[in-house]
Amino acid sequence: MAGQLISKNEPAGERGAPAISVCDLRVKYGEREILHGISFDAPAGQTVVILGGSGSGKSTLLRTLVGLEHPSGGSIWIRGKDFAAMKESERDELRKRMGMSFQGGALFGSMTVAENVALPLREHTQLDESTIDIMVRMKLNQVGLSGFENYMPAQLSGGMKKRAAIARALAMDPEVLFFDEPSAGLDPVIAAGIDDLILKLKQAFQMTMLVVTHELASAFLIADRMILLIKGDIVADGTPEELRQSTQPRVRQFLDRISEKEVTGEIDYLQMLTGEIPPERQ
Amino acid sequence: MPLTEQIGGATISGLAYVGNLTRLTAGAARAAFIDPFRGREIRWTRSMHQALHVGVMAIPVVSLISFFVGLILALQAAYELRRLGALHLVAGTVALSMTRELGPLMTAVVVIGRSGSAFAAEIGTMKVNEEIDALETMALEPVHFLVAPKLVAMLVMMPCLTTWSDLTGVLGGGLFGVMSAGFSWHTYLQATIDAMVRRDIFIGLVKSIIFAIVITAVGCQEGFTTGLGSEEVGKSTTAAVVKSIFLVILMDLVFTSIFYLTAPR
Repeated sequence: MAGQLISKNEPAGERGAPAISVCDLRVKYGEREILHGISFDAPAGQTVVILGGSGSGKSTLLRTLVGLEHPSGGSIWIRGKDFAAMKESERDELRKRMGMSFQGGALFGSMTVAENVALPLREHTQLDESTIDIMVRMKLNQVGLSGFENYMPAQLSGGMKKRAAIARALAMDPEVLFFDEPSAGLDPVIAAGIDDLILKLKQAFQMTMLVVTHELASAFLIADRMILLIKGDIVADGTPEELRQSTQPRVRQFLDRISEKEVTGEIDYLQMLTGEIPPERQ
Repeated sequence: MPLTEQIGGATISGLAYVGNLTRLTAGAARAAFIDPFRGREIRWTRSMHQALHVGVMAIPVVSLISFFVGLILALQAAYELRRLGALHLVAGTVALSMTRELGPLMTAVVVIGRSGSAFAAEIGTMKVNEEIDALETMALEPVHFLVAPKLVAMLVMMPCLTTWSDLTGVLGGGLFGVMSAGFSWHTYLQATIDAMVRRDIFIGLVKSIIFAIVITAVGCQEGFTTGLGSEEVGKSTTAAVVKSIFLVILMDLVFTSIFYLTAPR
């Protein structure tokens, strides 16, 4: 079922056409604007990495793309429809075609690994238990967790939790997979294993992936396309090679890991988050 | 800030809180009682599991507390009734106090401590661990998945526990009656039955259903509004217990007043 997330009515469908198209997206927390009208396309079958430092708005962007935050303006086009303006029931239908791997895994602590992976299948399909059982084993095998079906999430290591979360995200054979900081909190060897898994999934299923991360090595390894987000604005959008060659000061600062002035107070912190200079400072 | 502004602000936030509780309860009730007719099954396994925790496992502590409360009631009533030479009224006093008031109230207090706090802690921990977000991204409605089974379990188990509490309270009073007031077990229970009308039990059961709704709504609402960080789960749990006790007593007052005003004279 993995493929392009494009309406069947549309002539496009080949690899490279946009699976997700974001136009002038704005998100506010209270009065503070976190994303200042960003626009980009995620081509079908490609891995788009959204890079950015802490407080750049990259996690907010991801949460908005999966419908956990409501935008204050702009649109998110998926399958020819504006995801942001959809009714909840329509959005749920679309969500069944998406998978999301959370930073901490977000596995249900009261269920075994197998039950976690089986949950979307039990809830959204009419499959019988033996078929679900086979599919769960298949998904766990894909992420290298065969034999861990009856483990509780608390018994797994950090990397295994992420793999189990990816297996759960794959359960419904999604067309788009979202990853929030897939290698955060993992040692380099385990993190490299997660990168390999993402590459393997891309090769095997040709699915569209959106990965939010601040890990440069991982980003350059897995990305077909990279977007650099700073203070709620896109400052660079291109292939890994284009970003590497970029002479833009803000891109260079991020890629060359040049430190910025330290945040010393609440106003500085809010300014870092939003990119706005508070009125009391103007 | 002027006092009037503080009172106004507190009133608005209080009303907003009650509004949120109502919305949550309405969503859970729709998932539990209307959606099954539209082909969306309620999660019976989870409901049974919750009923086991909320109801069956609370029986020992509810029994013990109700027995003691019944005994205390008999002792306190006897103190005054003895002076009036009306010690035989102990049975009726205990029975009416337990069925109309203390049975539902003591059961509610025990269930708040055991289950209201657990609802807030469970949902709060899930919120902190992004499990609630995960449910939403899997197109699973958290209210349908988490709150509806709890509401069903509470609506079934609270009246059962309350009835059980009434019985053990009467037995507690009976112990005093038999030991110190010249009753036999048979005459004590007969005096209890004679003192009560069906309405007394009905009032207690209606209260228990109202308390079940309040405890479920407050526990789950506090869980869903848990902030980030593990210490926030502790705060939510405390808030769930304190707010539930306050709202249960408030609803008790409201319903006792309604039943008083509508009582046949």
